[in-house]
Amino acid sequence: MTKEIEEKILSLKGKFPKVKTAILPAFHILYQESGYLDPEGMEKISELLEIPLMEVYEVASFYTYFPSEKTGKYIIRVCDNLSCLLSGAEKLIGYLEEKLKIKVGQMTPDGLFTLSTVECLGSCGTAPVMMVNEDYYENLTREKIDQILEKLSKK
Amino acid sequence: MTEKILFKYIDQPDQYKIDTYIKNGGYQAVPRVLKELSPEQVIDIIKKSGLRGRGGAGFPTGMKWGFVPKDSSKPRFLLCNADEGEPGTFKDRELMQKDPHQLLEGIIISSYAIGANLSFIYIRGEFAFEANRLEEAIKEAYNKGFLGKNILGTGFDLEIKVHRGGGAYICGEETSLLSSIEGVRPLVRLRPPYPAISGCYECPSAVNNVETLSNVPHIIINGAEWYAGIGTPKSKGTKIFCLSGQVNKPGNYELPMGTPLRELIEEYGGGIKNNRKLKAVIPGGVSTQVLPVTKVDVKLDFESLIEAGSMLGSGAVIVMDENTCMVETAYRLVQFFEHESCGECTPCREGTYWLSRIMKRIVQGQGRMEDIDLLLDLCDNIFGKTICPLGDSVTIPITSTLQHFREEYEYHIKNKRCPVERK
Ligand SMILES: Cc1cc2nc3c(=O)[nH]c(=O)nc-3n(C[C@H](O)[C@H](O)[C@H](O)COP(=O)(O)O)c2cc1C
Ligand code: FES
Repeated sequence: MTKEIEEKILSLKGKFPKVKTAILPAFHILYQESGYLDPEGMEKISELLEIPLMEVYEVASFYTYFPSEKTGKYIIRVCDNLSCLLSGAEKLIGYLEEKLKIKVGQMTPDGLFTLSTVECLGSCGTAPVMMVNEDYYENLTREKIDQILEKLSKK
Repeated sequence: MTEKILFKYIDQPDQYKIDTYIKNGGYQAVPRVLKELSPEQVIDIIKKSGLRGRGGAGFPTGMKWGFVPKDSSKPRFLLCNADEGEPGTFKDRELMQKDPHQLLEGIIISSYAIGANLSFIYIRGEFAFEANRLEEAIKEAYNKGFLGKNILGTGFDLEIKVHRGGGAYICGEETSLLSSIEGVRPLVRLRPPYPAISGCYECPSAVNNVETLSNVPHIIINGAEWYAGIGTPKSKGTKIFCLSGQVNKPGNYELPMGTPLRELIEEYGGGIKNNRKLKAVIPGGVSTQVLPVTKVDVKLDFESLIEAGSMLGSGAVIVMDENTCMVETAYRLVQFFEHESCGECTPCREGTYWLSRIMKRIVQGQGRMEDIDLLLDLCDNIFGKTICPLGDSVTIPITSTLQHFREEYEYHIKNKRCPVERK
């Protein structure tokens, strides 16, 4: 963990009525930095915020937004809840699997993409929907998926 | 159609900026409240307006604030619930994205009413864009003196913090939300004590939904009578209906409470996609009972929907056409609740697991006729037997689809396949 990130986490300490409130913001910082809640980062959070490591994991394991293992550079989260299913999400998930040549839950061998399905993303009026890292892509079609993947592969 | 209140300026591209918001009449309610009204008077106005919570339960907002003790020596907190996780719901996102100051103004007034000097906006982790937008809006509001110390020279202090969640639906439940902010594992808590007495950090707190709070400045400016004149006798004001599923024009529609479901689907939603027939509607998010097409003339308000056998919930109207299998739909929703159960109460933790297994075998053509009674028996053993209402919610897709579409379950079991012809 860089000094800068350490300081960012440390600066959370005085921001709230109780220090433990800083735990979720700290997870967001670590996730931004490492792409997942890596063990070294978790130890640092425990040390900096003075929260027992066991407790840091107890809280972290509840939240599905933060991967606990290394993922691709881009995490694709496709919604497969009801409104998206009614709008054809299932076929699009199949299409993504076909294009990326992986199954849901897997990472491409080049480490670029991890494909996952998630519960409702709060964007059901523009279904089907997916997120890539922290960006939303809405009203998805096969053509849109082609464009998005092509753009990201080139970056 | 009556005028829009919350969405009046939603299509103006710059409405999220403070100058545009002010130009369109924004931030007039804050000075009026802080300079001319006592907290009790504000609560009184909100009580008289008849405003009820838009987060799902429909609890009267003024009454909720009234429960927060005035004489407490402890600090008080206002928590804005922006977790928006109920499948089918996507209104709070649009409100925060396009009109964040309307929400901030509502939070300032509400905090003043309950005597809070710190407020958290608890926003679901996925809404990174909206969280940023709120942070920017908060900065603008500080710079103009609407937030911070001694707001507009009135002696009232308020700080608003945006707190991002981590992808757990249960954190939208108010006691889980409190635990999540406190930084412990966000299990739900037994009530009483209610948050009004012992909420965030065991201090008096009020939890209110984004849409609820966004209504507050308008009620202050236009008066309680004006607001109470919109809607039905018991469900006042407008409601943002989140229309999704198989309609031609899905989206958020702000309409007066009591608007008929048929009007929402046909006039605003442009009817069913591909000229198919309507089969069923979930009127208030997946925690509310599915209604068959015969109920399409129901009015969308708290009372009428209860009378029709469902609930207004969060106002998320999910439309299903004739090609939808109701057994598969119920199965998908049970899986959702299984995934999101926090695991604290045994009936919910174990019950969602078993309901899901039984539903799976029925969907896969391996069900037995006894399974239907088994499902109902399990639902009976979960409903009303858990700390938070998620336990009740998991039974709702099953009991309501069994009530209206039992023959589909029987067909699946007898013929080992789905009765719905996919066109
Ligand atoms: C499982 C569960 C999830 C909930 N999720 C939300 C949510 O995402 N947003 C929300 O405003 N209320 C949600 N609620 C309702 C809250 O508990 C609470 O009633 C509401 O925030 C109160 O605000 P209101 O009175 O303004 O509606 C949820 C309730 C339950 C049981
Ligand atoms: S169901 Fe997919 S975003 Fe809500």
